[in-house]
Amino acid sequence: MSVPVIEAKRLKKYFPTHGGILHAVDDVTLKIERGTTLGVVGESGCGKSTLGRTIIRLLERTDGQILLNGEDISELKGKKLRQAREKMQIIFQDPYSSIDPRKTVEATVCEPLKVSKRYSKKQIDQISDELMELVGIDHRLRVSYPHELDGGRRQRVGIARALALNPDFVVCDEPVSALDVSIQAQVLNLLQDLQEKRGLTYMFITHNLSVVRHISDQICVMYLGQIVEMCTTKELFTRPLHPYTKALFSAIPSTDIHSPHKPEILEGELSSPINPKPGCRFAARCKYANEACLQPQSQEEISPGHIVRCCRVHEIN
Amino acid sequence: MDNLENKSPFLEIRGLTVEYFSKETVVHAVNSVDLTLEKGRTLGLVGETGAGKTTIAKSILRILPDVGARIVSGDIFLEGTDISKIPEPEMRKIRGQKISMIFQDPMTALNPVQTVGSQIEEVVALHNAGSKAEFRRRAEEMLELVGIPKERYSDYPHQFSGGMKQRVVIAIALACNPELLLADEPTTALDVTIQAQVLQLISQLRERLGTSMILITHDMGVVATFCDYVAVVYAGSIVEYGTKEQLFDHYQHPYTTGLFGAIPNMSLDEDRLHPIEGLPPDPTDLPKGCAFWPRCKYATERCKQEKIEMTVTSDGHLCRCCNLDLLSQEGAI
Repeated sequence: MSVPVIEAKRLKKYFPTHGGILHAVDDVTLKIERGTTLGVVGESGCGKSTLGRTIIRLLERTDGQILLNGEDISELKGKKLRQAREKMQIIFQDPYSSIDPRKTVEATVCEPLKVSKRYSKKQIDQISDELMELVGIDHRLRVSYPHELDGGRRQRVGIARALALNPDFVVCDEPVSALDVSIQAQVLNLLQDLQEKRGLTYMFITHNLSVVRHISDQICVMYLGQIVEMCTTKELFTRPLHPYTKALFSAIPSTDIHSPHKPEILEGELSSPINPKPGCRFAARCKYANEACLQPQSQEEISPGHIVRCCRVHEIN
Repeated sequence: MDNLENKSPFLEIRGLTVEYFSKETVVHAVNSVDLTLEKGRTLGLVGETGAGKTTIAKSILRILPDVGARIVSGDIFLEGTDISKIPEPEMRKIRGQKISMIFQDPMTALNPVQTVGSQIEEVVALHNAGSKAEFRRRAEEMLELVGIPKERYSDYPHQFSGGMKQRVVIAIALACNPELLLADEPTTALDVTIQAQVLQLISQLRERLGTSMILITHDMGVVATFCDYVAVVYAGSIVEYGTKEQLFDHYQHPYTTGLFGAIPNMSLDEDRLHPIEGLPPDPTDLPKGCAFWPRCKYATERCKQEKIEMTVTSDGHLCRCCNLDLLSQEGAI
């Protein structure tokens, strides 16, 4: 088997707060194979973005290991870290705040090339022209400023910037959430084309289940900093095993008007990720919860490639 | 729209046109919109950002900004009374009592320095006679009704989560048993499991109180689950209107077709999405003719020149497109 592009082993990211320790990412183990997309879904505040940012070392991990192309990058510093970062890029959610308003489109796209100090002026011009064409930004717009562009085009600029140094791995952090549906489809198609052309590996963070189903090969479902279920997209949508995944799917309003389903309504809301109790974090809202759920849970491989964090998964399915 | 044969409409909007303006430019936000709503029914308004959905709702409630916005023309009848023409003091009695609105963003719709209980009490006291104790009891009742313990009456908005804040906003909107509820993207800011809770709450309360509702959303799933009628809004005009069944099973307008094609389908496996090419038009400079023609692959010379009228295609199903014959020949609808 080939080496996964990204591997996280028991990754943890805690933030100190006034109220205590916030467990944003807690004991996450995952790997992403080359050329595939791992979708990460979960409710706001469940640690999806923190996970993505910790993996590409925008945030310093608390504990655990991160491997890029099989090499441990969790302790890298200085020049070595900068080199590793060229292989890992991120596309942010909000194209309005993630692009420098005082730089032209061209300057934004070229910045990573300049910072890397590996290209001549001529090469930079050539690569930036290629990038703009690749993401579908008109040549005439290269000297425009972000405020002159609409959201969809701005997001294309963010994508071009992320691809400038030809990375292996791109974290897409809710890249289409701020866009209207008709524009959203344009950007999703673009991301898929780029993946094919450049053999990119994506971690696609979103709370939109129909988008994640469309774009992902594998999906992991997060709840309060932990992966509760992870498997292939097809498996997850045909055979969800974790009670939270089931409730999440049931809550999506269906566009099929002829077979209305009654959503399973969860009681209560997300509990606090600050100083969480050791047991299952979903137990307070779970209809199957019992004594055993108060014990710490671990990621368990139920069938090949299907990982669930629930001690009662066999009894309830 | 004469699709409501025997029932007199509860709400009727005729020829509503709204503009926002500054010194240099005029934004044509709503262009000659006609709508009707029967008592106890729900109408979904769908469309993209900037299509004019919220402006329609704000025009009904007459809460457009005083400066910079004007209702150019149009009548809004509520049970036969033209509420767009009545004096402001009378409108104030209707607002919050007969018609109320749930705003999109619960984070900004509440007053951060007032307890949630007193914000509910305020609307009760404004529209009812009674003692302070009675008002408070009613406000506590409303809190419990939306699933918040009444012990939290004296808490401030920042002490609540997003879902709970939205429930407080709903409690305020429903405190005086309104006959018409304008829900402006009530769940867009919420997560999907919380969205299910909030939508279930709204529909339970609506059933109990017989409230009519205009639900503004861009989520087709929400429309499919909660609406009886659907109006698709594009660039300030209604381009298609019909019952939920007509819209979902036989959508006809190329824009509606595009909207459905652009959403990833949960029950189909497709490799590619089918986006609508191009961008929504600039509302300060709407194209002549059909506002959608620059993005429409069926556009003809007529679309570029003429103002397109609504066509009745079947019982009550309206579509603003002059190429329906061509579309059906090509098997597009």
